[in-house]
Amino acid sequence: VCTSRFWFNYRHVANTLSVYRSVKRLGIPDSHIVLMLADDMACNPRNPKPATVFSHKNMELNVYGDDVEVDYRSYEVTVENFLRVLTGRIPPSTPRSKRLLSDDRSNILIYMTGHGGNGFLKFQDSEEITNVELADAFEQMWQKRRYNELLFIIDTCQGASMYERFYSPNIMALASSQVGEDSLSHQPDLGIGVHLMDRYTFYVLEFLEEIHPASQTNMNDLFQVCPKSLCVSTPGHRTDLFQRDPQNVLITDFFGSVRKVEITAAALSLDRDVVGLESKFPEEELATEPLKYAEQLPVAQIIHQKPKQKDWHPPGGFILGLWALIIMVFFKTYGIKHMKHVF
Amino acid sequence: GGMAAAALLLLLLAAARPGPGRADAGRERRDALREELLLSPLPTGDVAATFQFRTRWDADLQRGAVSHYRLFPKALGRLVAALGVRELHLALTQGFWRTRYWGQPPLQAPAGAELWVWFQPTVTDVDKAWKELSNILSGIFCASLNFIDSTNTVIPTASFKPLGLANGTDHHLLRYAVLPREVVCTENLTPWKKLLPCGSKAGLAVLLKAERLFHSSYHSQAVHIRPICRDASCLALSWELRQTLTVVFDFFSSGQGKKDWSLFKMFSRTLTDTCPLASQSKVYVDISPKNKEKELLEVSPPPTSVHEAIVQGDKKTYAVYDLLSPSLFNTSRSLNVQLKWKRPQDSSEMPIPTLHAQRYVGGYGLQTGEICTLIYNTHPYRAFPVILLETVPWYLRLYVHTLAIITKGKENKPSYIHYQPAQDRRRPHLLEMLIQLPANSVTKITIQFERALLKWTEYPPDPNHGFYVGSSVLSALVPSVTAMKDVDVEQSPLFTSLFPSSDGSSYFVRLYTEPLLVNLPTPDFSMPYNVICLTCTVVAVCYGSFYNLLTRTFHVEEPSRGGLAKRLANVIRKFRGVPPL
Repeated sequence: VCTSRFWFNYRHVANTLSVYRSVKRLGIPDSHIVLMLADDMACNPRNPKPATVFSHKNMELNVYGDDVEVDYRSYEVTVENFLRVLTGRIPPSTPRSKRLLSDDRSNILIYMTGHGGNGFLKFQDSEEITNVELADAFEQMWQKRRYNELLFIIDTCQGASMYERFYSPNIMALASSQVGEDSLSHQPDLGIGVHLMDRYTFYVLEFLEEIHPASQTNMNDLFQVCPKSLCVSTPGHRTDLFQRDPQNVLITDFFGSVRKVEITAAALSLDRDVVGLESKFPEEELATEPLKYAEQLPVAQIIHQKPKQKDWHPPGGFILGLWALIIMVFFKTYGIKHMKHVF
Repeated sequence: GGMAAAALLLLLLAAARPGPGRADAGRERRDALREELLLSPLPTGDVAATFQFRTRWDADLQRGAVSHYRLFPKALGRLVAALGVRELHLALTQGFWRTRYWGQPPLQAPAGAELWVWFQPTVTDVDKAWKELSNILSGIFCASLNFIDSTNTVIPTASFKPLGLANGTDHHLLRYAVLPREVVCTENLTPWKKLLPCGSKAGLAVLLKAERLFHSSYHSQAVHIRPICRDASCLALSWELRQTLTVVFDFFSSGQGKKDWSLFKMFSRTLTDTCPLASQSKVYVDISPKNKEKELLEVSPPPTSVHEAIVQGDKKTYAVYDLLSPSLFNTSRSLNVQLKWKRPQDSSEMPIPTLHAQRYVGGYGLQTGEICTLIYNTHPYRAFPVILLETVPWYLRLYVHTLAIITKGKENKPSYIHYQPAQDRRRPHLLEMLIQLPANSVTKITIQFERALLKWTEYPPDPNHGFYVGSSVLSALVPSVTAMKDVDVEQSPLFTSLFPSSDGSSYFVRLYTEPLLVNLPTPDFSMPYNVICLTCTVVAVCYGSFYNLLTRTFHVEEPSRGGLAKRLANVIRKFRGVPPL
């Protein structure tokens, strides 16, 4: 989730896209990823290289790529939508790609970046989500059996405050800085004119570039990723709610999707009736007279089009009240016994 | 042993399906794909490339449950069948087509997202189907089409007649919405490419690389689904899916390159092979001579054929490269079409299109304003009618009594006006007018509006950017220079057959004006916090003091004996013999 709007927050979009790219590279398909970007940097008019988002000045790695699927864009990234995605309380007409269809055997990775403070994360410069709300959302997820294990990574200023309030089991959390510290950005690019990435995510990306789907690296290596000498802030982590030892948790448990494929040489016989289904087309009735195209600008028909008569509604409350007042004043003034003089 | 058993089993399977197998070979494929690329140099030196991919399916999606999808994408086919859609047109556009300098567009779309749909007469609740449709499309195309609701949907009564087969046009089955703030980027192009039968791996779609397509001044991708005649007798219908992509590269006018262009320069790719699923795959290059002179341009490699057609009322010549003809890839593995200008073109002879329009906001301040639309008819002697459709959001309150249409200094009364006023937070303004444009004239349409103050929660996160007003739509039958003959739709190129033409003397064109950006009076968003602090302070001080005065009782207090310091001081003074404090 990237929660920042405006061109100078380019680095937050680059952060999110780097993690998205790593996760896709390690095997998780788009149908299992919900990507929320609060602003569009790639096709922003201020981007000198359209349709690209770069993460490293020297590597010139375009993390936007050619095959990106953004589920929530621009104004859709709000606290309400984020919490609805997590808890599953989504309006029925939401398409599948915008839903988190997880169950109690799913491991979920949540990565959030943006501007934050002690106990809150800012969404699009107009609203915030607090650590209490986030903890309650995770508890709802736990009670509805929406996750098996959850890894929460946050890259904002004072990020450790966001995981202080978690109380549901099986959650491991990482943050880029402690309470009272700011997370700093990595380096600016003079061609694009903004900072390209944040330090913590930059070193996490470097670490993830070395992971492949079969690697056995565990979480303890991820905790060591950005020491204070490189990151200037002190990254923190929280594992007390997690039941397994981080030593035994593989990185690919959360960042990758490793499928076990068994190859067999046995032959299967198909049912004969299934094959014949394709040729059955319903018999079509042909029209008796030829169909025709509509006229694009039927001037005569338009001019003589009668506007649809609006249904008559009885007058509403205000008008009725007004008329009642006028009539009451009239009768009070003149009195009923004088009415016969009027008529 | 196992391999022999497997081979035997396969043979048995192959022998065990005689009936469907034979019928399969005898029956023709019911769907076909045609792809086409049209490259036209524009008068300003830019190049416009229009891709069209047309999948035609000779089956009725509405009747009968169709379960086997081959070329027609399943996502769209099931959408059409489930929601009772008769026609669907969705366009996502970045940039603006400058009709005045570039000429009439083959197919224009307004900036942002535009969706218009005709539903079948069997649909009972059209609004509910419309809402579901926009949500499903927002998931397929990764666009925020779920923001389409009653505040930006209108029901036009005279514009947007169906482009496909129709029996009766009850406009209550039509819905039109435009989202001018929508951004178009790679995440919208990727699902669009995935709908193509060959994806972006073979055929013309290999040229569609996002980094080049979005580095342009106009990029528009669209999906059109409509029923068409299956053959000349038109007794049965087929469903047609057209995916079009128009891009205008402006290397020359932005000073980055020369006027000569090639496919490699534009797309950084060349064509290497054709899509095996396509029955036709052609590249057309517009080499029409201007002012009846000899050719100014030279295309290389030499085209497989030359095609002449009357497009938009004018005779045009095209160099055709048929990718399916075996002679094309004989000499080289890849096709890189290049165009060189033989002599520099005079910039003074830029042709002016017959119909073009312009729209802008007038006025000053944050209270009132004026929307002005200028429509130009540059034909020397023919007049023609045009329908103007304007959709204005509810927070710009239009004053219809100030609507003025002035042509050549005199008032021009429209033959048909349909105005539907807005309801706050529920419905936008809809203004549709049929105006007769005299020959060689400029028509100015002005209407004044007042800006409303929204509730403070209704502002978007960046309110100082402004609020967009969608483009207005001009639909017109423009008289053609050369009479158009009736041509067989299947034989003619795709770019000539999108709008069904009724007679040859005029052609239908749909133009869009610029979208407008207006500033609404924006409150100071830090004020709620300030107000709460101030009010709480005032209440605490005043009420608190008043409460204390009313509820506290006052006692007389004995003077205290003094603190510890005073007592110690008194002890010392007693020693000194001085009177105590």
